[in-house]
Amino acid sequence: MNWLQGKTGWALLAAAALVFPLFAQNNYLISVATQAFIMAIAALGMNLITGYTGQFNLAHGAFMAVGAYTVGILTVDHQVPFWIAFLAAGVVTAVLGYFIGLLSLRLRGHYFSIFTLCVSYIMFLLIEKWESLTHGPVGIMGIPAPTGIGPLQFGTPLSQYYLVLAFLVLGLWIMARIVRSLLGRSFMAVRNSDDLAEALGIDLMRTKTLSFVLSVVYAGFAGALYAGQVRFLGPDLASEAVTFDLVMFVLVGGIGTLLGPLLGTFIVTWLTQSLQFLQDYRMVVFGPVLIALIIFLPDGIVGTWLKRRAQRADAAQAAKAATPGAAAQEAQNNA
Amino acid sequence: MLEIESLTKQFFGLTAVDDISTRFERGQVSAIIGPNGAGKTTFFNLVAGTHKPSSGRIRFNGQDVTGLRPDHVAKLGIARTFQTTHLFDNATVLDNLIVGHRLRTRSGLWDVLANTRRLQEEERLCREKAREALDFVGLSHVAHRIAADITQEERKRVAFALALATDPELLLLDEPAGGVNPEETVGLAALIRKLVDHGKTVCLIEHKMDMIMRLADKIVVLNNGAKIAEGTPEQIRRDPQVIEAYLGADHVAV
Repeated sequence: MNWLQGKTGWALLAAAALVFPLFAQNNYLISVATQAFIMAIAALGMNLITGYTGQFNLAHGAFMAVGAYTVGILTVDHQVPFWIAFLAAGVVTAVLGYFIGLLSLRLRGHYFSIFTLCVSYIMFLLIEKWESLTHGPVGIMGIPAPTGIGPLQFGTPLSQYYLVLAFLVLGLWIMARIVRSLLGRSFMAVRNSDDLAEALGIDLMRTKTLSFVLSVVYAGFAGALYAGQVRFLGPDLASEAVTFDLVMFVLVGGIGTLLGPLLGTFIVTWLTQSLQFLQDYRMVVFGPVLIALIIFLPDGIVGTWLKRRAQRADAAQAAKAATPGAAAQEAQNNA
Repeated sequence: MLEIESLTKQFFGLTAVDDISTRFERGQVSAIIGPNGAGKTTFFNLVAGTHKPSSGRIRFNGQDVTGLRPDHVAKLGIARTFQTTHLFDNATVLDNLIVGHRLRTRSGLWDVLANTRRLQEEERLCREKAREALDFVGLSHVAHRIAADITQEERKRVAFALALATDPELLLLDEPAGGVNPEETVGLAALIRKLVDHGKTVCLIEHKMDMIMRLADKIVVLNNGAKIAEGTPEQIRRDPQVIEAYLGADHVAV
Protein backbone atom coordinates (compact mmCIF):
# COMPACT_ATOMS: atom_id res chain seq x y z
CA MET A 1 0.00 0.00 0.00
CA ASN A 2 2.98 2.28 0.51
CA TRP A 3 3.29 3.16 -3.15
CA LEU A 4 -0.21 4.64 -2.96
CA GLN A 5 0.94 7.42 -0.69
CA GLY A 6 1.82 10.95 -1.68
CA LYS A 7 2.08 12.18 -5.22
CA THR A 8 1.54 8.79 -6.90
CA GLY A 9 -1.77 8.33 -5.16
CA TRP A 10 -3.02 11.78 -6.07
CA ALA A 11 -1.89 11.32 -9.70
CA LEU A 12 -3.74 8.00 -9.89
CA LEU A 13 -6.88 9.62 -8.50
CA ALA A 14 -6.66 12.45 -11.03
CA ALA A 15 -6.08 9.96 -13.85
CA ALA A 16 -9.12 7.94 -12.76
CA ALA A 17 -11.24 11.11 -12.77
CA LEU A 18 -9.91 12.04 -16.24
CA VAL A 19 -10.75 8.70 -17.85
CA PHE A 20 -13.99 8.10 -15.94
CA PRO A 21 -16.22 9.51 -18.75
CA LEU A 22 -14.77 6.92 -21.17
CA PHE A 23 -16.17 4.16 -19.01
CA ALA A 24 -19.43 5.84 -18.02
CA GLN A 25 -22.02 4.51 -20.42
CA ASN A 26 -24.33 7.51 -20.36
CA ASN A 27 -24.72 11.18 -19.59
CA TYR A 28 -26.67 10.39 -16.44
CA LEU A 29 -23.63 8.83 -14.77
CA ILE A 30 -21.47 11.71 -15.90
CA SER A 31 -23.81 14.29 -14.39
CA VAL A 32 -24.05 12.26 -11.16
CA ALA A 33 -20.25 12.33 -10.98
CA THR A 34 -20.24 16.06 -11.74
CA GLN A 35 -22.62 16.68 -8.86
CA ALA A 36 -20.49 14.51 -6.62
CA PHE A 37 -17.49 16.70 -7.50
CA ILE A 38 -19.50 19.81 -6.66
CA MET A 39 -20.47 18.35 -3.30
CA ALA A 40 -16.84 17.35 -2.78
CA ILE A 41 -15.78 20.99 -3.20
CA ALA A 42 -18.32 22.01 -0.55
CA ALA A 43 -17.20 19.13 1.70
CA LEU A 44 -13.57 20.25 1.35
CA GLY A 45 -14.60 23.64 2.68
CA MET A 46 -16.61 22.18 5.53
CA ASN A 47 -13.63 20.06 6.48
CA LEU A 48 -11.46 23.17 6.89
CA ILE A 49 -13.61 24.76 9.60
CA THR A 50 -14.91 21.53 11.12
CA GLY A 51 -12.08 19.06 10.58
CA TYR A 52 -9.00 21.24 10.79
CA THR A 53 -10.21 24.09 13.00
CA GLY A 54 -12.59 22.07 15.17
CA GLN A 55 -15.66 24.32 14.86
CA PHE A 56 -18.65 22.23 13.81
CA ASN A 57 -20.43 24.53 11.37
CA LEU A 58 -23.98 23.43 10.60
CA ALA A 59 -24.74 26.30 8.22
CA HIS A 60 -22.42 25.08 5.50
CA GLY A 61 -25.18 23.90 3.15
CA ALA A 62 -26.94 27.25 3.51
CA PHE A 63 -23.79 29.03 2.32
CA MET A 64 -23.77 26.74 -0.69
CA ALA A 65 -27.34 27.90 -1.37
CA VAL A 66 -26.24 31.53 -1.02
CA GLY A 67 -23.59 30.96 -3.70
CA ALA A 68 -26.06 29.20 -5.96
CA TYR A 69 -28.75 31.86 -5.52
CA THR A 70 -26.24 34.63 -6.17
CA VAL A 71 -25.54 33.09 -9.57
CA GLY A 72 -29.23 32.32 -10.19
CA ILE A 73 -30.50 35.80 -9.33
CA LEU A 74 -27.72 37.66 -11.14
CA THR A 75 -27.85 35.64 -14.35
CA VAL A 76 -31.63 35.18 -14.66
CA ASP A 77 -33.01 38.42 -13.24
CA HIS A 78 -30.17 40.77 -14.08
CA GLN A 79 -28.61 39.17 -17.18
CA VAL A 80 -25.16 39.23 -15.62
CA PRO A 81 -22.67 37.02 -17.51
CA PHE A 82 -22.14 33.67 -15.80
CA TRP A 83 -18.50 34.08 -14.80
CA ILE A 84 -19.04 37.49 -13.26
CA ALA A 85 -21.95 36.07 -11.29
CA PHE A 86 -19.67 33.17 -10.37
CA LEU A 87 -17.07 35.52 -8.88
CA ALA A 88 -19.84 37.47 -7.17
CA ALA A 89 -20.97 34.24 -5.51
CA GLY A 90 -17.54 33.95 -3.92
CA VAL A 91 -17.58 37.56 -2.76
CA VAL A 92 -21.13 37.42 -1.38
CA THR A 93 -20.49 34.24 0.63
CA ALA A 94 -17.18 35.62 1.90
CA VAL A 95 -18.75 38.86 3.14
CA LEU A 96 -21.76 37.11 4.63
CA GLY A 97 -19.47 34.48 6.14
CA TYR A 98 -17.29 37.15 7.68
CA PHE A 99 -20.17 38.73 9.58
CA ILE A 100 -21.85 35.48 10.54
CA GLY A 101 -18.46 34.12 11.58
CA LEU A 102 -17.73 37.15 13.71
CA LEU A 103 -21.02 36.63 15.50
CA SER A 104 -21.16 32.85 15.80
CA LEU A 105 -17.50 32.11 16.53
CA ARG A 106 -17.79 33.89 19.87
CA LEU A 107 -19.54 30.72 20.97
CA ARG A 108 -17.64 27.55 21.70
CA GLY A 109 -18.28 23.89 21.02
CA HIS A 110 -21.89 22.75 20.84
CA TYR A 111 -23.18 26.28 21.30
CA PHE A 112 -21.50 27.26 18.05
CA SER A 113 -23.06 24.30 16.24
CA ILE A 114 -26.54 25.05 17.53
CA PHE A 115 -26.18 28.72 16.67
CA THR A 116 -25.08 27.93 13.10
CA LEU A 117 -27.96 25.48 12.75
CA CYS A 118 -30.29 28.37 13.56
CA VAL A 119 -28.44 30.63 11.12
CA SER A 120 -28.91 27.95 8.50
CA TYR A 121 -32.65 27.80 9.16
CA ILE A 122 -32.97 31.59 9.01
CA MET A 123 -31.20 31.57 5.66
CA PHE A 124 -33.56 28.86 4.44
CA LEU A 125 -36.58 30.89 5.54
CA LEU A 126 -35.21 34.02 3.89
CA ILE A 127 -34.74 32.19 0.62
CA GLU A 128 -38.17 30.61 0.81
CA LYS A 129 -40.11 33.72 1.86
CA TRP A 130 -38.31 36.59 0.13
CA GLU A 131 -40.17 36.03 -3.12
CA SER A 132 -39.25 39.30 -4.79
CA LEU A 133 -35.57 38.38 -4.59
CA THR A 134 -35.46 34.59 -4.70
CA HIS A 135 -38.73 33.65 -6.44
CA GLY A 136 -39.74 31.87 -3.21
CA PRO A 137 -40.83 28.24 -3.32
CA VAL A 138 -41.13 28.33 -7.13
CA GLY A 139 -37.37 28.59 -7.37
CA ILE A 140 -35.21 30.01 -10.12
CA MET A 141 -35.48 28.37 -13.52
CA GLY A 142 -33.52 28.69 -16.72
CA ILE A 143 -30.10 29.49 -15.27
CA PRO A 144 -27.64 29.62 -18.17
CA ALA A 145 -24.82 27.08 -18.36
CA PRO A 146 -21.36 28.50 -17.79
CA THR A 147 -20.39 30.51 -20.85
CA GLY A 148 -17.41 29.35 -22.85
CA ILE A 149 -13.91 30.52 -22.05
CA GLY A 150 -12.07 31.02 -25.35
CA PRO A 151 -12.37 27.81 -27.35
CA LEU A 152 -13.81 25.88 -24.39
CA GLN A 153 -17.59 25.46 -24.31
CA PHE A 154 -19.51 24.11 -21.32
CA GLY A 155 -22.87 23.20 -22.85
CA THR A 156 -22.58 19.43 -22.72
CA PRO A 157 -22.52 17.22 -19.62
CA LEU A 158 -19.05 15.99 -20.56
CA SER A 159 -17.55 19.48 -20.79
CA GLN A 160 -19.24 20.42 -17.50
CA TYR A 161 -17.72 17.35 -15.95
CA TYR A 162 -14.23 18.50 -16.84
CA LEU A 163 -14.96 22.07 -15.81
CA VAL A 164 -16.07 21.00 -12.35
CA LEU A 165 -13.17 18.57 -12.11
CA ALA A 166 -10.77 21.43 -12.85
CA PHE A 167 -12.28 23.45 -10.00
CA LEU A 168 -12.12 20.47 -7.67
CA VAL A 169 -8.42 19.99 -8.43
CA LEU A 170 -7.78 23.69 -7.91
CA GLY A 171 -9.74 23.69 -4.65
CA LEU A 172 -7.86 20.65 -3.43
CA TRP A 173 -4.51 22.13 -4.36
CA ILE A 174 -5.24 25.34 -2.47
CA MET A 175 -6.53 23.36 0.50
CA ALA A 176 -3.35 21.28 0.56
CA ARG A 177 -1.30 24.47 0.55
CA ILE A 178 -3.30 25.90 3.43
CA VAL A 179 -3.37 22.92 5.76
CA ARG A 180 0.31 22.12 5.33
CA SER A 181 1.39 25.70 6.01
CA LEU A 182 1.92 27.61 9.25
CA LEU A 183 -1.60 28.93 8.78
CA GLY A 184 -2.94 25.37 8.76
CA ARG A 185 -0.93 24.66 11.90
CA SER A 186 -2.64 27.60 13.60
CA PHE A 187 -6.03 26.15 12.61
CA MET A 188 -5.09 22.75 14.01
CA ALA A 189 -3.75 24.30 17.21
CA VAL A 190 -7.16 25.88 17.75
CA ARG A 191 -8.83 22.52 17.15
CA ASN A 192 -6.53 20.77 19.61
CA SER A 193 -7.17 23.17 22.46
CA ASP A 194 -8.17 26.76 22.06
CA ASP A 195 -6.80 27.64 25.50
CA LEU A 196 -3.39 26.27 24.59
CA ALA A 197 -3.49 27.93 21.16
CA GLU A 198 -4.25 31.27 22.75
CA ALA A 199 -1.47 30.81 25.30
CA LEU A 200 0.86 30.21 22.35
CA GLY A 201 -0.02 33.64 21.03
CA ILE A 202 -2.56 32.68 18.39
CA ASP A 203 -5.33 35.24 17.92
CA LEU A 204 -8.33 32.92 18.32
CA MET A 205 -11.01 35.11 16.82
CA ARG A 206 -8.94 36.08 13.80
CA THR A 207 -7.82 32.53 13.12
CA LYS A 208 -11.29 31.06 13.46
CA THR A 209 -12.89 33.79 11.35
CA LEU A 210 -10.34 33.32 8.58
CA SER A 211 -10.96 29.58 8.55
CA PHE A 212 -14.72 30.15 8.55
CA VAL A 213 -14.60 32.61 5.65
CA LEU A 214 -12.32 30.36 3.60
CA SER A 215 -14.57 27.40 4.22
CA VAL A 216 -17.78 29.17 3.21
CA VAL A 217 -16.11 30.52 0.07
CA TYR A 218 -15.63 26.89 -0.95
CA ALA A 219 -19.35 26.37 -0.29
CA GLY A 220 -20.18 29.51 -2.28
CA PHE A 221 -18.23 28.41 -5.33
CA ALA A 222 -19.64 24.90 -5.06
CA GLY A 223 -23.11 26.45 -5.04
CA ALA A 224 -22.26 28.61 -8.05
CA LEU A 225 -21.10 25.55 -9.98
CA TYR A 226 -24.25 23.72 -8.88
CA ALA A 227 -26.41 26.52 -10.28
CA GLY A 228 -24.61 26.32 -13.63
CA GLN A 229 -24.89 22.56 -13.77
CA VAL A 230 -28.41 21.86 -12.49
CA ARG A 231 -29.79 25.11 -14.00
CA PHE A 232 -32.65 25.14 -11.50
CA LEU A 233 -32.66 26.23 -7.86
CA GLY A 234 -35.21 25.68 -5.12
CA PRO A 235 -35.10 26.69 -1.44
CA ASP A 236 -34.48 23.05 -0.52
CA LEU A 237 -30.83 23.60 -1.34
CA ALA A 238 -30.63 25.65 1.86
CA SER A 239 -32.29 22.99 4.00
CA GLU A 240 -30.29 21.35 6.76
CA ALA A 241 -30.45 18.06 4.80
CA VAL A 242 -27.70 19.34 2.48
CA THR A 243 -25.51 20.26 5.45
CA PHE A 244 -26.02 16.84 7.01
CA ASP A 245 -25.12 15.18 3.71
CA LEU A 246 -21.87 17.14 3.79
CA VAL A 247 -21.28 16.13 7.40
CA MET A 248 -21.78 12.52 6.39
CA PHE A 249 -19.32 12.80 3.49
CA VAL A 250 -16.68 14.30 5.74
CA LEU A 251 -17.20 11.76 8.53
CA VAL A 252 -17.21 8.72 6.25
CA GLY A 253 -14.07 9.80 4.43
CA GLY A 254 -12.18 11.03 7.47
CA ILE A 255 -12.54 14.35 9.23
CA GLY A 256 -9.45 16.54 9.29
CA THR A 257 -7.75 14.79 6.37
CA LEU A 258 -7.22 16.12 2.86
CA LEU A 259 -8.46 13.10 0.96
CA GLY A 260 -11.26 12.22 3.39
CA PRO A 261 -14.02 14.58 2.22
CA LEU A 262 -13.34 13.61 -1.38
CA LEU A 263 -13.41 9.90 -0.79
CA GLY A 264 -16.42 10.22 1.50
CA THR A 265 -18.39 12.12 -1.13
CA PHE A 266 -17.56 9.60 -3.87
CA ILE A 267 -18.24 6.53 -1.75
CA VAL A 268 -21.54 7.75 -0.32
CA THR A 269 -22.72 8.99 -3.73
CA TRP A 270 -21.76 5.68 -5.31
CA LEU A 271 -23.48 3.75 -2.54
CA THR A 272 -26.73 5.74 -2.79
CA GLN A 273 -26.66 5.40 -6.58
CA SER A 274 -26.12 1.65 -6.55
CA LEU A 275 -28.89 1.22 -3.98
CA GLN A 276 -31.38 3.13 -6.16
CA PHE A 277 -33.07 -0.10 -7.26
CA LEU A 278 -34.23 -0.67 -3.67
CA GLN A 279 -36.13 2.62 -3.81
CA ASP A 280 -37.43 3.56 -0.37
CA TYR A 281 -35.91 0.47 1.20
CA ARG A 282 -32.38 1.62 0.42
CA MET A 283 -32.26 3.42 3.74
CA VAL A 284 -32.66 0.04 5.43
CA VAL A 285 -29.31 -0.95 3.95
CA PHE A 286 -27.71 2.47 4.00
CA GLY A 287 -28.45 3.25 7.65
CA PRO A 288 -26.78 0.17 9.15
CA VAL A 289 -23.76 0.54 6.85
CA LEU A 290 -23.31 4.09 8.08
CA ILE A 291 -23.71 3.10 11.72
CA ALA A 292 -21.20 0.27 11.32
CA LEU A 293 -18.75 2.67 9.74
CA ILE A 294 -19.04 5.18 12.57
CA ILE A 295 -18.62 2.44 15.19
CA PHE A 296 -15.71 0.61 13.61
CA LEU A 297 -13.98 3.48 11.80
CA PRO A 298 -14.66 6.54 13.96
CA ASP A 299 -11.83 8.40 12.24
CA GLY A 300 -13.34 7.69 8.83
CA ILE A 301 -11.69 5.67 6.10
CA VAL A 302 -8.73 7.93 5.46
CA GLY A 303 -8.37 8.86 9.12
CA THR A 304 -8.13 5.22 10.18
CA TRP A 305 -5.60 4.49 7.49
CA LEU A 306 -3.43 7.46 8.45
CA LYS A 307 -3.60 6.49 12.12
CA ARG A 308 -2.45 2.95 11.35
CA ARG A 309 0.37 4.33 9.26
CA ALA A 310 1.45 6.70 12.03
CA GLN A 311 1.41 3.86 14.56
CA ARG A 312 3.48 1.61 12.31
CA ALA A 313 6.03 4.36 11.71
CA ASP A 314 6.07 4.94 15.46
CA ALA A 315 6.72 1.27 16.20
CA ALA A 316 9.61 1.40 13.74
CA GLN A 317 11.00 4.47 15.52
CA ALA A 318 10.69 2.78 18.88
CA ALA A 319 12.45 -0.34 17.58
CA LYS A 320 15.25 1.77 16.17
CA ALA A 321 15.71 3.56 19.50
CA ALA A 322 15.75 0.20 21.32
CA THR A 323 18.75 -1.18 19.43
CA PRO A 324 21.86 -0.20 21.38
CA GLY A 325 23.81 0.83 18.28
CA ALA A 326 21.14 3.23 17.16
CA ALA A 327 20.79 4.64 20.66
CA ALA A 328 24.51 5.28 20.86
CA GLN A 329 24.35 6.91 17.45
CA GLU A 330 21.48 9.06 18.64
CA ALA A 331 23.39 10.07 21.77
CA GLN A 332 26.32 11.03 19.61
CA ASN A 333 24.07 13.14 17.41
CA ASN A 334 22.74 14.91 20.45
CA ALA A 335 26.12 15.62 21.92
CA MET B 1 10.18 41.82 35.99
CA LEU B 2 6.58 41.05 36.92
CA GLU B 3 4.89 43.32 39.41
CA ILE B 4 1.50 42.52 40.84
CA GLU B 5 -0.39 45.22 42.64
CA SER B 6 -3.45 44.43 44.80
CA LEU B 7 -4.77 41.95 42.23
CA THR B 8 -8.33 40.80 42.89
CA LYS B 9 -10.67 38.49 41.02
CA GLN B 10 -14.25 37.85 41.97
CA PHE B 11 -16.50 35.25 40.36
CA PHE B 12 -20.11 36.10 41.19
CA GLY B 13 -19.27 37.25 44.67
CA LEU B 14 -16.72 34.52 45.34
CA THR B 15 -13.31 36.08 45.79
CA ALA B 16 -10.87 33.68 44.12
CA VAL B 17 -7.89 36.00 44.26
CA ASP B 18 -7.93 38.51 47.07
CA ASP B 19 -5.80 41.65 46.94
CA ILE B 20 -2.47 40.01 46.09
CA SER B 21 0.62 42.17 45.70
CA THR B 22 4.01 40.69 44.96
CA ARG B 23 6.86 40.84 42.46
CA PHE B 24 8.89 38.25 40.59
CA GLU B 25 12.50 39.06 39.84
CA ARG B 26 14.31 38.38 36.60
CA GLY B 27 16.43 35.25 36.57
CA GLN B 28 14.78 33.69 39.61
CA VAL B 29 12.52 30.77 40.28
CA SER B 30 9.43 31.88 42.14
CA ALA B 31 6.95 29.37 43.43
CA ILE B 32 3.33 29.78 44.34
CA ILE B 33 2.08 27.28 46.83
CA GLY B 34 -1.10 26.78 48.78
CA PRO B 35 -3.81 24.22 49.46
CA ASN B 36 -6.22 23.16 46.71
CA GLY B 37 -8.61 25.96 45.85
CA ALA B 38 -6.28 28.63 47.19
CA GLY B 39 -6.49 30.52 43.89
CA LYS B 40 -3.12 29.57 42.41
CA THR B 41 -4.32 28.67 38.93
CA THR B 42 -6.70 31.64 38.90
CA PHE B 43 -3.71 33.82 39.70
CA PHE B 44 -1.92 32.40 36.64
CA ASN B 45 -5.04 32.91 34.54
CA LEU B 46 -5.07 36.57 35.52
CA VAL B 47 -1.41 37.09 34.67
CA ALA B 48 -1.72 35.21 31.37
CA GLY B 49 -4.86 37.11 30.38
CA THR B 50 -7.28 34.18 30.40
CA HIS B 51 -9.39 36.05 32.97
CA LYS B 52 -9.65 39.79 33.38
CA PRO B 53 -8.98 40.89 36.97
CA SER B 54 -11.77 42.63 38.88
CA SER B 55 -9.24 45.15 40.14
CA GLY B 56 -5.50 45.60 40.54
CA ARG B 57 -2.55 46.03 38.20
CA ILE B 58 -0.13 43.67 36.49
CA ARG B 59 3.10 45.14 35.13
CA PHE B 60 5.53 43.18 32.97
CA ASN B 61 8.91 44.84 32.36
CA GLY B 62 7.32 48.10 33.43
CA GLN B 63 4.51 47.80 30.89
CA ASP B 64 0.92 47.59 32.09
CA VAL B 65 -0.48 44.28 30.84
CA THR B 66 -3.62 44.19 32.99
CA GLY B 67 -6.56 42.72 31.11
CA LEU B 68 -4.70 42.04 27.86
CA ARG B 69 -5.81 39.04 25.80
CA PRO B 70 -3.75 35.83 26.25
CA ASP B 71 -2.29 36.00 22.74
CA HIS B 72 -1.04 39.54 23.39
CA VAL B 73 0.49 38.50 26.70
CA ALA B 74 2.22 35.59 24.94
CA LYS B 75 3.62 37.92 22.29
CA LEU B 76 5.05 40.15 25.01
CA GLY B 77 7.07 37.21 26.29
CA ILE B 78 5.03 35.41 28.94
CA ALA B 79 4.54 31.73 28.16
CA ARG B 80 2.51 29.32 30.23
CA THR B 81 1.94 25.61 30.55
CA PHE B 82 -1.22 23.91 31.73
CA GLN B 83 -1.77 21.10 34.20
CA THR B 84 -2.64 18.90 31.24
CA THR B 85 -1.18 19.56 27.82
CA HIS B 86 -3.44 18.77 24.91
CA LEU B 87 -1.26 17.48 22.13
CA PHE B 88 -2.45 16.35 18.74
CA ASP B 89 -2.02 12.64 19.37
CA ASN B 90 -1.84 11.49 15.76
CA ALA B 91 1.05 13.79 14.87
CA THR B 92 4.69 13.48 15.82
CA VAL B 93 6.10 15.34 18.79
CA LEU B 94 8.09 17.63 16.51
CA ASP B 95 4.99 18.39 14.43
CA ASN B 96 3.18 19.37 17.60
CA LEU B 97 5.90 21.87 18.47
CA ILE B 98 6.22 23.73 15.18
CA VAL B 99 3.20 25.92 15.85
CA GLY B 100 4.90 27.16 19.04
CA HIS B 101 6.86 29.83 17.20
CA ARG B 102 3.91 30.88 15.02
CA LEU B 103 3.36 34.03 17.11
CA ARG B 104 6.73 35.41 15.97
CA THR B 105 5.86 34.95 12.27
CA ARG B 106 3.78 37.11 10.00
CA SER B 107 2.82 34.94 7.02
CA GLY B 108 -0.85 35.20 6.17
CA LEU B 109 -3.21 33.74 3.62
CA TRP B 110 -1.55 35.50 0.73
CA ASP B 111 1.86 34.08 1.62
CA VAL B 112 0.30 30.62 1.69
CA LEU B 113 -1.40 30.94 -1.69
CA ALA B 114 1.64 32.46 -3.40
CA ASN B 115 4.10 30.33 -1.42
CA THR B 116 6.23 33.39 -0.80
CA ARG B 117 9.83 33.38 0.32
CA ARG B 118 8.73 34.85 3.65
CA LEU B 119 6.52 31.81 4.29
CA GLN B 120 9.27 29.37 3.41
CA GLU B 121 11.72 31.25 5.58
CA GLU B 122 9.30 31.36 8.51
CA GLU B 123 8.38 27.69 8.21
CA ARG B 124 12.07 26.84 8.33
CA LEU B 125 12.49 29.09 11.35
CA CYS B 126 9.55 27.50 13.20
CA ARG B 127 10.89 24.02 12.53
CA GLU B 128 14.32 25.09 13.78
CA LYS B 129 12.84 26.61 16.95
CA ALA B 130 10.86 23.44 17.58
CA ARG B 131 14.02 21.35 17.25
CA GLU B 132 15.99 23.67 19.51
CA ALA B 133 13.28 23.57 22.14
CA LEU B 134 13.11 19.79 21.93
CA ASP B 135 16.89 19.53 22.28
CA PHE B 136 16.79 21.87 25.24
CA VAL B 137 14.33 19.72 27.16
CA GLY B 138 16.30 16.61 26.23
CA LEU B 139 13.72 14.98 24.02
CA SER B 140 15.32 15.02 20.58
CA HIS B 141 15.16 11.22 20.56
CA VAL B 142 11.34 11.27 20.56
CA ALA B 143 11.02 13.97 17.87
CA HIS B 144 9.49 11.52 15.42
CA ARG B 145 7.40 9.48 17.83
CA ILE B 146 3.66 10.15 17.72
CA ALA B 147 2.47 12.25 20.62
CA ALA B 148 0.00 9.60 21.78
CA ASP B 149 2.82 7.25 22.70
CA ILE B 150 5.08 9.33 24.88
CA THR B 151 5.19 9.01 28.67
CA GLN B 152 3.64 11.41 31.16
CA GLU B 153 7.05 12.81 32.03
CA GLU B 154 7.88 13.32 28.35
CA ARG B 155 4.56 15.08 27.95
CA LYS B 156 5.57 17.49 30.73
CA ARG B 157 8.82 18.17 28.92
CA VAL B 158 6.98 18.70 25.63
CA ALA B 159 4.82 21.28 27.39
CA PHE B 160 8.02 23.08 28.44
CA ALA B 161 9.32 22.88 24.88
CA LEU B 162 6.09 24.29 23.49
CA ALA B 163 6.31 27.23 25.90
CA LEU B 164 9.99 27.71 25.06
CA ALA B 165 9.32 27.80 21.33
CA THR B 166 7.41 31.04 21.83
CA ASP B 167 10.70 32.74 22.86
CA PRO B 168 9.46 33.84 26.28
CA GLU B 169 11.23 35.78 29.00
CA LEU B 170 8.92 34.54 31.73
CA LEU B 171 7.50 31.03 31.99
CA LEU B 172 4.45 30.28 34.11
CA LEU B 173 4.45 26.57 34.85
CA ASP B 174 1.29 25.06 36.31
CA GLU B 175 2.23 21.91 38.24
CA PRO B 176 5.20 21.04 36.04
CA ALA B 177 5.85 17.88 38.05
CA GLY B 178 2.25 16.82 38.63
CA GLY B 179 1.71 13.10 38.15
CA VAL B 180 5.31 12.03 37.65
CA ASN B 181 7.41 9.84 39.93
CA PRO B 182 10.13 11.10 42.35
CA GLU B 183 13.13 10.37 40.11
CA GLU B 184 11.45 12.10 37.19
CA THR B 185 10.62 15.03 39.44
CA VAL B 186 14.32 15.49 40.13
CA GLY B 187 14.96 15.54 36.39
CA LEU B 188 12.24 18.13 35.81
CA ALA B 189 13.60 20.30 38.63
CA ALA B 190 17.02 20.17 36.96
CA LEU B 191 15.37 21.24 33.72
CA ILE B 192 13.74 24.22 35.42
CA ARG B 193 17.15 25.19 36.84
CA LYS B 194 18.56 24.91 33.33
CA LEU B 195 15.86 27.29 32.05
CA VAL B 196 16.92 29.89 34.60
CA ASP B 197 20.60 29.33 33.81
CA HIS B 198 19.75 30.18 30.22
CA GLY B 199 18.30 33.53 31.16
CA LYS B 200 14.64 32.64 31.59
CA THR B 201 12.56 33.64 34.57
CA VAL B 202 10.28 30.97 36.00
CA CYS B 203 7.19 31.11 38.12
CA LEU B 204 5.59 27.82 39.06
CA ILE B 205 2.71 26.30 40.94
CA GLU B 206 3.60 23.04 42.62
CA HIS B 207 2.50 20.76 45.42
CA LYS B 208 5.74 18.84 45.80
CA MET B 209 7.27 20.60 48.76
CA ASP B 210 10.76 19.12 48.68
CA MET B 211 11.09 20.10 45.04
CA ILE B 212 9.95 23.64 45.80
CA MET B 213 12.19 24.02 48.81
CA ARG B 214 15.24 23.02 46.82
CA LEU B 215 14.37 24.88 43.64
CA ALA B 216 12.69 28.15 44.51
CA ASP B 217 14.45 31.43 45.22
CA LYS B 218 11.22 32.84 46.51
CA ILE B 219 7.93 31.37 47.63
CA VAL B 220 4.53 33.02 47.75
CA VAL B 221 1.94 31.23 49.86
CA LEU B 222 -1.75 31.61 49.07
CA ASN B 223 -4.68 30.54 51.18
CA ASN B 224 -8.33 31.24 50.35
CA GLY B 225 -7.22 33.57 47.58
CA ALA B 226 -5.08 35.78 49.80
CA LYS B 227 -1.32 35.94 50.23
CA ILE B 228 -0.44 34.76 53.71
CA ALA B 229 3.34 34.70 53.42
CA GLU B 230 6.19 35.44 51.08
CA GLY B 231 9.92 34.84 51.32
CA THR B 232 12.82 32.49 50.83
CA PRO B 233 12.29 28.76 51.41
CA GLU B 234 14.01 29.14 54.80
CA GLN B 235 11.61 31.88 55.91
CA ILE B 236 8.59 29.99 54.62
CA ARG B 237 9.63 26.80 56.36
CA ARG B 238 9.61 28.63 59.70
CA ASP B 239 6.49 30.74 59.16
CA PRO B 240 3.89 29.53 61.69
CA GLN B 241 0.97 30.80 59.61
CA VAL B 242 2.14 28.77 56.64
CA ILE B 243 2.67 25.69 58.72
CA GLU B 244 -0.81 25.96 60.07
CA ALA B 245 -2.56 26.72 56.79
CA TYR B 246 -0.61 24.49 54.52
CA LEU B 247 0.89 21.65 56.47
CA GLY B 248 -1.74 21.44 59.18
CA ALA B 249 -1.59 22.63 62.78
CA ASP B 250 -0.01 19.40 64.05
CA HIS B 251 3.19 20.18 62.12
CA VAL B 252 3.85 23.26 64.26
CA ALA B 253 5.44 21.16 66.95
CA VAL B 254 7.91 19.55 64.51
